[in-house]
Amino acid sequence: MSTLTPPVIRERKRGGGLQNRDSLWAALPWVGPVLLLIFGVVLFPAAYMIYSSTRRISQAGTNVEGVGFENFATVFADPNLPRVLLNTFVWVIVVVSVTVVLSLLLANFLNKPFPGRTLVRMAVIVPWAASVVMTTTVFYYGLDRDYGIMNSFLVDIGLLDSTYGFTKNVATALGAAIVVGIFVSIPFTTYTLLAGLQAVPSDALEAAKMDGAGPVRTYFSVVLPQLRGALAVAVLINVINVFNNLPILRIMTGSIPGYSADTLMTYIFKVLQFDRRLDIASALSVVNFAVVILIVAVYVKVVKPMKET
Amino acid sequence: MSVSAPAKATIPPVRQDRARKYGPDGISGRRLGLRIAVGVVVVIVFLTPYLIMLVGSLKTRPEILRVPPRYFPQDGLQLGNYASMWSTPETPLPFNLISTLIISVFATLLVLLVATPAAYYTARFRFPGKIAFLFLVIVTQMLQPAVLTAGLFRQMLVLDINDTWLAMILINAAFNLSFALWIMHSFFAGIPKEIDEAAQLDGAGRLKVLFTVNLPLVWPGIVTAIIFTFVSSWNEFAASLVIMSTAENQPLSVALTKFIGQYATSWQYVFGISIVAIIPVIILFALIEKRLIGGLTAGAVK
Repeated sequence: MSTLTPPVIRERKRGGGLQNRDSLWAALPWVGPVLLLIFGVVLFPAAYMIYSSTRRISQAGTNVEGVGFENFATVFADPNLPRVLLNTFVWVIVVVSVTVVLSLLLANFLNKPFPGRTLVRMAVIVPWAASVVMTTTVFYYGLDRDYGIMNSFLVDIGLLDSTYGFTKNVATALGAAIVVGIFVSIPFTTYTLLAGLQAVPSDALEAAKMDGAGPVRTYFSVVLPQLRGALAVAVLINVINVFNNLPILRIMTGSIPGYSADTLMTYIFKVLQFDRRLDIASALSVVNFAVVILIVAVYVKVVKPMKET
Repeated sequence: MSVSAPAKATIPPVRQDRARKYGPDGISGRRLGLRIAVGVVVVIVFLTPYLIMLVGSLKTRPEILRVPPRYFPQDGLQLGNYASMWSTPETPLPFNLISTLIISVFATLLVLLVATPAAYYTARFRFPGKIAFLFLVIVTQMLQPAVLTAGLFRQMLVLDINDTWLAMILINAAFNLSFALWIMHSFFAGIPKEIDEAAQLDGAGRLKVLFTVNLPLVWPGIVTAIIFTFVSSWNEFAASLVIMSTAENQPLSVALTKFIGQYATSWQYVFGISIVAIIPVIILFALIEKRLIGGLTAGAVK
């Protein structure tokens, strides 16, 4: 989970200070390398991917001919697509909603003073720093029917009658992936909400207390409205991250043949890696990219990172 | 975060001091006890997977594949796993580690080289298209290599740098650039312009002002950018999976997936290398923990 701070750009309107307005040419040596990297390695591949989606491409990557929207027709006629889209939808909705609710609880808890709080915060940060591949691997091993230690723990505490092969069928493999997805998404979300909680002005809390509001009332009428910005950021960034997550589903549902447990992202990578169909993978990626752009547009509209002050 | 009590001439009784520290009105010991208990549960939940990893890395092969499993190994702790894992047949692990290191280090250096001047410049000066530039940075922050892998793969094929360190250095740098730029931008913006002006009156050029006056003051922002870029490149998976096809070139994240689904996976090695790969980045991340919150509050979280 690499995306972090959603920035807010604040342009000071008043002038003053030292030479505060340069020409574009004077600015270029300073910002040019950034532009080069963004255009060369982010925007160009995006454009190239869109272009590739309208071509027929050999397995070696050679551009054979233009085929218009034929690749998209193939993608939309794909019998696997409805199932893949349904899985993607369930995966994103469940992971993000459970993550946000649990993180809200956790953030509130971590905002209260108690001895050892720093230690608890450090523990929460661990899944954020650790490789998602490696974290998922432990769950995959732990849930193995025969030698999985989490599986036998579930039997020992009486939640299961006998060990179960979670990663062997679609519903439980997706369920296990969702649990891992929530586990690795909570740290970022909790920290975002914690930052939001710390920004709640203490005089607002005192005023509520003076007015005789109880803790529950104060929470819902004073704290939660202040958290709206943090919640919006947390939800949108999580939607993007979870939607684009590859390793969790790839590992947890990896032993299921066919495409019945795939999301759009794992499906794209199967087409890309195993079928080596760059053109079809590009068309699928363009569909995926369109969804991401839509989420980014909502982000820009809701969070307003460009607001002037 | 750290609640520092005001200094007082008289030393208050311990109880009162505690109440002052752990709640505005003082909270009962019972409530405090409950919080500590919940804290312990949270720690257990978040650390258990990594504890399983650690214990697993010290098990023998028969122990880790034992049916039913035992919570604690009984053939003693196999510290030797950490030596023998490097020659496991599944993947050339020493090469994978070197590959991961080189890609992460150079991606971080590239980000630093490119983002620092831009962050300083955008925090200090105005130029036509500045808002558009910063908007572009924000939008790229929302994108990840996974979204564009199909395009990146084909681009690297055409440029003939597919399956090279250079390709992954460029990709990791480009996709982490925006975070680094933003965090440094906010640190530069926090330094009063008068400091720059004073240095410029002494005849220093802009670059000299940046290096001699500003950099020493914004190092926490730079360290945050360095660590964040490094950790994120270290853990990158999706693009490497497609672009790095030679076993020796693959980073650890990709190499590890080769163990999974085998007839008898050498889990003890999977976990050994995971521990080696995870512990340093956890320490790095813990170092910037406070600034992660700070960075978040400086952003849209208001």
